[in-house]
Amino acid sequence: MRKPTVHLEKLKESKWHEYLVRFVFGGLVAAAAGWAAEKFGPVVGGLFLAFPSIFPASITLVQQHEQRKDQGKSGAEKGKDKAGDDTVGAIFGCVGLAAFGGVVWAFGRQGNPIACLAGATAAWMAVSGLTWLLQQRFFPIREEERGLEEGRTIEKRNVPAKAS
Amino acid sequence: MSDYLVRFLIGGAVVSLFAIGGSIFKPKSFAGLFAAAPSVALVGFALAFAKKDRAYASIEGRSMILGAIAFIIFSGCVWFLVKKMRWHSLPAALTSLLVWFAIAIGLQRALLGGSG
Repeated sequence: MRKPTVHLEKLKESKWHEYLVRFVFGGLVAAAAGWAAEKFGPVVGGLFLAFPSIFPASITLVQQHEQRKDQGKSGAEKGKDKAGDDTVGAIFGCVGLAAFGGVVWAFGRQGNPIACLAGATAAWMAVSGLTWLLQQRFFPIREEERGLEEGRTIEKRNVPAKAS
Repeated sequence: MSDYLVRFLIGGAVVSLFAIGGSIFKPKSFAGLFAAAPSVALVGFALAFAKKDRAYASIEGRSMILGAIAFIIFSGCVWFLVKKMRWHSLPAALTSLLVWFAIAIGLQRALLGGSG
């Protein structure tokens, strides 16, 4: 099971316009969600609070960054594989999103709103993290095998040749 | 208009923060959690609590669960198109958005009735 690790150097892979695209798209979705709530009421407006706002830009950038490292056909295929792995994580994040909505639905009418949102955010983190851990433990996907294969390949290259 | 501008600016900033958070993690399946971060929801609920009332926010929370279910199916469609059909990520995601709309609105109509 691979543990999550932080790689700050990854921030350099994104160009400034990619951050701008995320900002603009995210802002437009937030504004659109507000418009939908004003126009159609909270029952419809609430749907858009779980709209895939980050997702299309994120997986596109994941694929592009991988393709930048390898301009050939294998880079394109690796990019699609990485984008697919990113999508699996999004599924677990969505389970956490449902938990977030559930907390606000259950506790939004009483108590402190800030505490309600903090609890909802904690629920998102806990539920999405737990589902990811369960998948890692019981249904690991090929990205882990791919990582181990890459590690074994690197180990083989580093083993010195035996003297004849 | 100023309300929408506030939503745009704060929403864009929060979305960007979560997106940056997701980009620095490995493995990719863990980073993908942030692609479904409650970034728009945090802004939406904060404004709902501030400008409307708690019952309004609670109703939005209930609908958000249905939106999240649609998001799960959307993600499954994207995974299928990218991993199995070998589509490029962007057209796969944009095509699958139609699925999100259909599932979200369908669930809302079926389970919660008309707009309210």
